[in-house]
Amino acid sequence: MSYISKPKISHPRLPKNELGLTARDYEGGMSTLCAGCGHDSITGAIVQAVFELSIPPHGLAKLSGIGCSSKTPAYFASESHGFNSVHGRMPSVATGANAVNGQLKYIGVSGDGDTLSIGVGQFIHAVRRNVNMLYIIENNGVYGLTKGQFSASADIGSKAKKGEENLQPPIDACLSALTLGGTFIARSFSGDRDQLVPILKAGLIHNGFALVDIISPCVTFNDHEGSTKSYEFTRQHYHPVIHADFVPPSEEIKAKYEEGEAMPVKLHDGTQIVLRKVGKGYDPTDRGAIFHYLDEHQKAGEIVTGLLYVDEAPPDLHAVNNLSSTPLASLSNDQLCPGNAALQKLQARFR
Amino acid sequence: MRPTDTSNPDYFHKVVDCQWGCPAHTDVPEYIRMIAQARFSDAYMLNRVSNVFPAILGRVCDRPCEPVCRRGRIEDKPVAICRLKRVAADNRGDITDRLPRAGPKNGKRIACIGAGCASLTVANDLLPLGYEIVMFEKLDCTGGLMRSNIPAFRLPVAVLDEEINYIVDMGVDLRLNSPIDGMEKLLKENFDAIFVGTGAPRGKELNLPGRHDSEHIYIGIDWLESVAFEHTDKIGKKVLIIGVGNTAMDCCRTSLRLGADEVRVMARKPRGFFKASAWELDDAEEENVEIVVNHSPTEFVIENGKLVGMNFDLMEYDIDDKGRIQDTKTVGEQFLPCDDVILAIGQENAFPWIERDIGLEFDQWDVPIVDKTTYQSTLEGVFFGGDAAFGPENIIWAVEHGHQASISIHKHCHDESLTDRLPFAMNLSSAKMGIHEWSYSNDYDVKERRLMPHVSLKERFEKLNIEVELGFSAEQAATEVERCLNCDIQTVFTDNLCIECDACIDVCPVDCLTITENGPEEELRTRLTAPATNLDQDLFVSGKLPQTGRVMVKDEDLCVHCSLCAERCPTAAWDMQKFTLEIPYVEDEAADGLPAKEVA
Ligand SMILES: Cc1cc2nc3c(=O)[nH]c(=O)nc-3n(C[C@H](O)[C@H](O)[C@H](O)COP(=O)(O)OP(=O)(O)OC[C@H]3O[C@@H](n4cnc5c(N)ncnc54)[C@H](O)[C@@H]3O)c2cc1C
Ligand SMILES: Cc1ncc(C[n+]2csc(CCOP(=O)(O)OP(=O)(O)O)c2C)c(N)n1
Ligand code: SF4
Ligand code: SF4
Ligand code: SF4
Ligand SMILES: [Mg+2]
Repeated sequence: MSYISKPKISHPRLPKNELGLTARDYEGGMSTLCAGCGHDSITGAIVQAVFELSIPPHGLAKLSGIGCSSKTPAYFASESHGFNSVHGRMPSVATGANAVNGQLKYIGVSGDGDTLSIGVGQFIHAVRRNVNMLYIIENNGVYGLTKGQFSASADIGSKAKKGEENLQPPIDACLSALTLGGTFIARSFSGDRDQLVPILKAGLIHNGFALVDIISPCVTFNDHEGSTKSYEFTRQHYHPVIHADFVPPSEEIKAKYEEGEAMPVKLHDGTQIVLRKVGKGYDPTDRGAIFHYLDEHQKAGEIVTGLLYVDEAPPDLHAVNNLSSTPLASLSNDQLCPGNAALQKLQARFR
Repeated sequence: MRPTDTSNPDYFHKVVDCQWGCPAHTDVPEYIRMIAQARFSDAYMLNRVSNVFPAILGRVCDRPCEPVCRRGRIEDKPVAICRLKRVAADNRGDITDRLPRAGPKNGKRIACIGAGCASLTVANDLLPLGYEIVMFEKLDCTGGLMRSNIPAFRLPVAVLDEEINYIVDMGVDLRLNSPIDGMEKLLKENFDAIFVGTGAPRGKELNLPGRHDSEHIYIGIDWLESVAFEHTDKIGKKVLIIGVGNTAMDCCRTSLRLGADEVRVMARKPRGFFKASAWELDDAEEENVEIVVNHSPTEFVIENGKLVGMNFDLMEYDIDDKGRIQDTKTVGEQFLPCDDVILAIGQENAFPWIERDIGLEFDQWDVPIVDKTTYQSTLEGVFFGGDAAFGPENIIWAVEHGHQASISIHKHCHDESLTDRLPFAMNLSSAKMGIHEWSYSNDYDVKERRLMPHVSLKERFEKLNIEVELGFSAEQAATEVERCLNCDIQTVFTDNLCIECDACIDVCPVDCLTITENGPEEELRTRLTAPATNLDQDLFVSGKLPQTGRVMVKDEDLCVHCSLCAERCPTAAWDMQKFTLEIPYVEDEAADGLPAKEVA
């Protein structure tokens, strides 16, 4: 929280993107989160990602639920569309929005409470339907906005600020998504922007539901000793297994990779991501193996990060349901409301 | 890079661009804040400590602080530092009882030759310590070039008198009409030290055919002096000024006030190569002076014993992309008619009165050899300062020389080593007043630089001494003070507190900050949040951060001192701290060590 807002002046030599905009043009209002909150850093990474992808601000929609994390869409891309839904209900709003307008880029920002506690039912179906969107969980293990109660992502044994221990097992968003047929599953850390920005970019381009579960320390209620979601604990148990290098369609893969070390994946618009294996014995295509890898390392107290799984092939919500690729708002009145005859014909099918 | 040593006062001093750029290191942002609080007398006194003549300098300072002001790199125009100094002077209350007073006599007698700003500064600094100052002045008045050459329409006599008298009235033994015509003789008078502040009194000649065949060709500084002392009160209708420095600007504007109506300033080179300050050029052009470029004078044309004009070669220059002249060509000739010519092509110092066999050495250009730190000549106990030391500069440099020479004179009189001088020191104190409260106005104000109001063109020519600049109004001053970025409120970093949350990096409006792996400076500069291409500005590099071993890097270039980094930092790893430079003056030297003799 700050009393003055960020001055509008900027560095005179800031880089510009294809639209002639600078990263500053993708900023939003001044954050009212606690100073040092991981969520703010993720906001910075989102700004960087949408700037680098030259997404026109009016081509972007931001959606969220309730929580500190869910406040963050107010802090980036102030020229874009936005919807702040009720607690845990962002996935259905996103599904609806996506169904009627498949042309926009969707960024859903949620918290571990919003997604895995109250909203877990909604979340599951959005993964399963492969709604084409970037879905970010700003995961701090607590309900930050309501002053730090354990959320459904809190680890067993993690201590609250006043000392009590969490005894219930966590829901792991990435493991869940693996079992639900998720097509793009990543985990990262608010404090590792080098890893995070390419993942966010790839997630925005991925054709389907791109889940990015981001450890995002709550400086006020969950950054103490004994917490498993603090800055320090995360850095100590950080285990990057796979790094995604982002190569736009216009560029060739220039970096040299050791044989067997790198795996290029083509996204639907021609963008390539090169998955670079950092951890030993990791195969980013084998859903079953990944499940075990994550499960084992999680039990060992390690936080496995990277673009863990990606499959560009499965159809998204639009393809499965054969939805209009033209946004409904752009259809003519006749197309939207084809008249009584068409209605009669439709109803006949149900008789 | 090695972690930055911020315990060296130079590091933070350099961040305060104006203070670093000011020869006397005036504490600019602090006096600007005092003006903002309507503490005009305090602002005046703070100025006086370092620059001695705030009301004079608030009008005519060469203002080296302004081109280096950080604000000028954020937007086009720097803070109007000089104008604000005048605001402090114009609005000050009665400060007479806050002025220094002569101390009890210490038995040491110092001779100052010349009563210009350099000598006056020496008197200002040494009288409070009990020195007796005997000041010899050739003319019948004090002030040197400030009175004889800077025209009254820029610097009113009353302003000059008031500030000079603050010093003279402290008890200078002033001897007017007393030219020193031999150093040897003076040395015999057994002064404890001699300070030479005689300026650079000789205007450069232009020896072209016809130079000495007319009485209508003048040397600029001599002509301005005769105007100032009312020996000259008119000039012809058509005047040519040769040269395009500040003296030329004063000559052309003075000509207009003595009856000329077609004044041309003749420049050999194109714009961009002019010596005159931009604002002096603007002021002259506002008065419809024509500045003619690429004309190189070849001859004074005399017909029937009368000056009728001058001949010029028309020049053409090849200028490369760095703005340097690569080639020069003469492409034609031109005659320009005129009634008078004023030569304003520079000055030099001249010492016909110093014997060359008394141990005071001169270099190959016949300029005395003077030490750049101590201001002592090769003759022990004889010091130089102001234009006399290293050639023509300006008032603020003369003042700084005076401060430094005073220290040397004191040390000389106490048998201390002249080079063993107190270093700069600093004081830092947190500017934090509450969670989001700072002891200064930290928000960035987008307002543009205020323009100085001028007396109308018609009115200003009615008399020679009508001051053209009116000074800022209260509203203008109130707006202009907010443009200062408070560069002295420093960002101070404590590396072991940082948890690497990136909050400061993201909030910084000008992308100054980066957390990254350390590296050699040149390479590090290429991978910062925003391009760090201004090599004159330092990078701050922290020690290793506790969690990842990376470092915090700050590019000082464009920091607007908005405090947002400190406000957004959860651990107070960044703090905003008020930096005060402790500049050693002679009184500090006197208070500090006991004289070496007594210690031994
Ligand atoms: C036309 C003009 C305009 C200028 N405008 C500006 C300006 O706007 N701003 C600025 O900062 N600077 C300006 N300057 C420069 C500035 O005036 C000088 O740099 C400054 O006055 C130098 O001070 P000083 O004390 O060294 O010497 P001076 O001011 O030259 O004083 C030297 C004094 O010594 C006396 N003297 C000389 N020889 C003897 C002797 N043998 N015995 C006794 N007395 C002697 C002289 O009569 C004189 O009074 C200008 C200069 C000129 C020529
Ligand atoms: C239906 C409903 N139930 C409960 C709440 C109270 N509530 C507000 S935010 C929140 C938890 C938010 O936690 P999370 O999504 O992890 O966000 P964080 O603040 O930690 O970023 C709760 C329970 C609510 N706003 N609405
Ligand atoms: S902004 Fe103010 S303090 Fe900073 S350099 Fe300019 S005048 Fe000096
Ligand atoms: S004070 Fe801090 S946030 Fe403001 S410009 Fe300077 S470094 Fe950036
Ligand atoms: S805001 Fe403070 S703790 Fe966070 S990175 Fe900056 S200096 Fe470090
Ligand atoms: Mg949470």
